[in-house]
Amino acid sequence: MFVINCPYCGERDQQEFKAGGEAHIERPKQPTELSDDEWAEYLFMRKNIKGIQFERWNHAHGCRKWFNMVRDTSNDEIKLIYKMGERPPSE
Amino acid sequence: MPSNLRVKSSEFIDETIRISFKFNGKSYHGFKGDTLASALLANDVHLVGRSFKYHRPRGIMTAGSEEPNAIVQVNDKTNRTEPNVRATEVEIYEGLEASSQNCWPNVNFDIGGINNALSAFLPAGFYYKTFMWPASFWEKYEYFIRHSAGLGKSPTEKDPDIYDHRHVHCDVLVVGAGISGILAAKNAAKNNFKTLLVDEKNELGGATIYQNREFNIIEGLSSSDWIKKEIQELKHIKNLEIKTRTSVAAYHSYNYLLARENLTDHLEKKDKQGKIRQRLLKIRAKKVILSTGALERPLIFNNNDRPGIMLSSAVNKYADFYGVVSGKKNVFFTNNDSAYESALCLHNKGIKVEAIIDIRENSDSKIVKTVENAGIAIHWSHTIVDTKGYKRLNSISVMKLSNDGLSVTGNKIDISCDCLGVAGGWTPAVHLFTQSGGKLTFNESDKVFLPNKYPSDQLSVGSCNGDFKIKEIINNLSTNLKQFLKIEKTDFDNLSIESEEENSKRNIWLLPSDKSIGKTKPFVDYQNDATAKDIKLALREGFRSIEHVKRYTTTGMGTDQGKLGNMHALGIIADTAGVKMGELGTTTFRPPYTPLTFGTIVGRNVGEYFDIFRRTPMNDWHIENKAEFENVGQWKRAWYYPVNGESMHDAVQRESKAARESAGILDASTLGKIDIQGSDASEFLNRVYTNAWSKLGIGKCRYGLMLNEDGMVYDDGVTTRLGENHYLMTTTTGGAANVLGKLEDYLQTEWPELDVYLTSVTDHYATTSICGPNSKKILNKIIPDLDLSEESFPHMSFKNAQIGNIKCRIMRISFTGEHSYEINVQANYGKAIWEKCMEAGKEFNITPYGTETMHLLRAEKGFIIVGQDTDGTMTPIDLQMDWIVSKKKYDFIGKRSLYRSDTMKEERKQLVGLLTDDPNIVLEEGAQIVSKLNESPVNMLGHVTSSYYSPNLKKSIALAVVRSGKHMMGKKLFIPMENKNINVTVANPVFFDSENKRLNA
Ligand SMILES: [Zn+2]
Repeated sequence: MFVINCPYCGERDQQEFKAGGEAHIERPKQPTELSDDEWAEYLFMRKNIKGIQFERWNHAHGCRKWFNMVRDTSNDEIKLIYKMGERPPSE
Repeated sequence: MPSNLRVKSSEFIDETIRISFKFNGKSYHGFKGDTLASALLANDVHLVGRSFKYHRPRGIMTAGSEEPNAIVQVNDKTNRTEPNVRATEVEIYEGLEASSQNCWPNVNFDIGGINNALSAFLPAGFYYKTFMWPASFWEKYEYFIRHSAGLGKSPTEKDPDIYDHRHVHCDVLVVGAGISGILAAKNAAKNNFKTLLVDEKNELGGATIYQNREFNIIEGLSSSDWIKKEIQELKHIKNLEIKTRTSVAAYHSYNYLLARENLTDHLEKKDKQGKIRQRLLKIRAKKVILSTGALERPLIFNNNDRPGIMLSSAVNKYADFYGVVSGKKNVFFTNNDSAYESALCLHNKGIKVEAIIDIRENSDSKIVKTVENAGIAIHWSHTIVDTKGYKRLNSISVMKLSNDGLSVTGNKIDISCDCLGVAGGWTPAVHLFTQSGGKLTFNESDKVFLPNKYPSDQLSVGSCNGDFKIKEIINNLSTNLKQFLKIEKTDFDNLSIESEEENSKRNIWLLPSDKSIGKTKPFVDYQNDATAKDIKLALREGFRSIEHVKRYTTTGMGTDQGKLGNMHALGIIADTAGVKMGELGTTTFRPPYTPLTFGTIVGRNVGEYFDIFRRTPMNDWHIENKAEFENVGQWKRAWYYPVNGESMHDAVQRESKAARESAGILDASTLGKIDIQGSDASEFLNRVYTNAWSKLGIGKCRYGLMLNEDGMVYDDGVTTRLGENHYLMTTTTGGAANVLGKLEDYLQTEWPELDVYLTSVTDHYATTSICGPNSKKILNKIIPDLDLSEESFPHMSFKNAQIGNIKCRIMRISFTGEHSYEINVQANYGKAIWEKCMEAGKEFNITPYGTETMHLLRAEKGFIIVGQDTDGTMTPIDLQMDWIVSKKKYDFIGKRSLYRSDTMKEERKQLVGLLTDDPNIVLEEGAQIVSKLNESPVNMLGHVTSSYYSPNLKKSIALAVVRSGKHMMGKKLFIPMENKNINVTVANPVFFDSENKRLNA
């Protein structure tokens, strides 16, 4: 069970949070222009990395804010937390 | 009781308090401070159980939580019985009853013992191979195996005890209160760290406190006297909390640990009453210090499992701590100096030690010399090749070891004895460290795995870190603790310490016998009856990974997780396969370290506290009026209101007719309600619903369907425009929280530019829905000055109103197809308004109806219930709801997916109505639908999603999803059931009032 440092509330227990999958997958601005394959790429394809992964998390039982997390999925070490809309660090 | 088995009274045992207890139905007594194991040994009872597979007689091997054999059932009452308890951990109390496990009919005559004679046919993998036989064989075996080899009995009644959970936060958690744990905790607390020290035993001090070691001197005191002084000091330290009888079960990432605090198991029955039995501590520690000590290893030799064969350290503890002698004729078998300490402990108490068998060539350490001088015979370079005695050890056979340690030579010497203390070295207890994700490294000289890479802010100290002698324990602790806590000094930096030194080492994982291995039984895992022979067989059969060997032989898979023999298993694999132990790795130690009761795991979350119940403000009224309830998510919803002992069917038929013929009233408070405000609220609704919202006038309501991005229906409900920039959205009862979460997600992550604010107001409003042809008259009685004319208050519109002083929002919307109103008031007034409606409706026979009638009425109208008629694979097109999908809007959630080739297929399952040819047959929900009977394989077209007998139509109606259903109107299909085939016809899903005349009646 992690301790997560919510960028709005501070350190809280993992059970207050909900994981939201891979981060930085932007919803296409013009979905109708996309082929079935391109839409499927957005809709279904996720990396699921063993190692450093960029994820979305939500402080569901707290401030309800979404934020980004860089986590090593092999040992659950949280490397970095940053707000929605902020650019991901370059590795 | 044979009095000569109690030696000079121990300070840990209170001989003034006699305690009687029963074991296997026979009465015994012990003293306060005894464990079940020590009290049994004092009564000369060694045979306490049978082994799992071969049903061999087994005795008490250890004095701690690692015990593999002395596993008992405590308290043979149906509600308070507990299986798989280690006799070495049960503190006796007046009236304790315990019995052996794994034996049937009893421990002295055990029918499964025949497995021992048949053992040549029960090799490793026997059970797995058995399982692979035809299933009919397994059924026959199952009875026999379960009956004869069970692991204790489960209670058959509800557990009457109270259990508890508690969150604990501390700066430093110290696990294990031996010498290093005590020093670490004391110095952490003294340096202002809020410290928690836990130990699984009832006394602090580990082994140091009772061992009378004449060669361990600290500050001029014996180590046991010195540690007692240290423990006295602990009581006066601020910031330090100590919990005994507290066993850490699990060590998770981020220093999150679970511990079981045992509060009443040691108390007399009358003192247990009304108290919390066990408490699960959920500990979040900033720093963790593991001082979990080391477990003594046995030696692996032929027939090393007889009652009377114990760990040398256990013989020592029973004598020094409990004042109990485990045998009258004692022999020790060792590969290191530890056994000499135990031998000397007995010798100094005047108890005869017959001999020491030592596989080493010699040793010149001080303690060995002392034992030699005491006249105890030492057989150097010898090993035990066999033991005798079925229910109790009576002799051992000893031979000389060859130089390479692989074989034996010379003559066999028989030594008669009734207790054999075995000392195979020490295994650091790294279980918790590895649970936390720590990586181990193998130390070749001590043949131990030691902590290497720490995954979190933690430190292993003392013998669990590979320090075995007092001098190195204290000196290394001083250095490491200062670094770990970032402190300048400790109060034990400059102690004067004298301790023993051990110089000669010899380790042989599997000791040879004069017989070939096939004819021997060298047990590696006592609890699961896995022998060295089984491990070798597994390797011969091609297993290489230790995780596979473990599963094939079941080594380490008992409730003790093989705490004693795992290292030997690894050693034997390494030796046989010719690989280095460090390269082999270890198996994974999994939580819990020792078994937990279910009670501890669930704590207070039992019965009605298992999950939260949500109740509406009108709940008391429903109870007073004898409603039956149904669970909808966490909500308790009124299901139906039986009158005069009506059946559910009769109640629902009556309620349904009343709602259509005159007036019905429903508690709709559980519907999810989301308040939406902001200048972009209309645009936001446009993006989340499939239909258009921009042109919805203020004061108007609209039904909306919400999709997932994959195009599948996610939720539905009516949203009302309360003001220019203000909407009230309703969601399904079960979907409320998820819908809010999803909307927040889009708002925060995809469309942060939108000026929209969402607030859940589900609990803030109570909703009373009145429907039926007389609903208008009833509302008019309650609010006479409100204009209810069609022009002023048409269907799908809303008005603010006031009932007395109570402000309310009234929506004219309908889920039943009847003229109806939903009155929303602040939750506190919910019951008052409900009662007002009942009173005003009395003359119209207003009838309360529950969820079942609501479902029936909406099914008559062909309205879907998301989650019942949909299952996450239905698009609006599949539901034949094309009318609600805007063609004009450029985008909304899920729109693009409606144009994927897969979602556009004509042969998808589509929602249709079904009518049975026999109008009295009501279909089963979930029943499968086919177009041809006797087809093989059966081509299933879909299934029934909703089905009722409609009292208003006087026939059975059903909704179903059917492949290509929308092209099957009027087609005959079949529902094959167990005893009959039901003929049905595909119909329009709107069965009742398809022109919607009643809405405006
Ligand atoms: Zn937060």
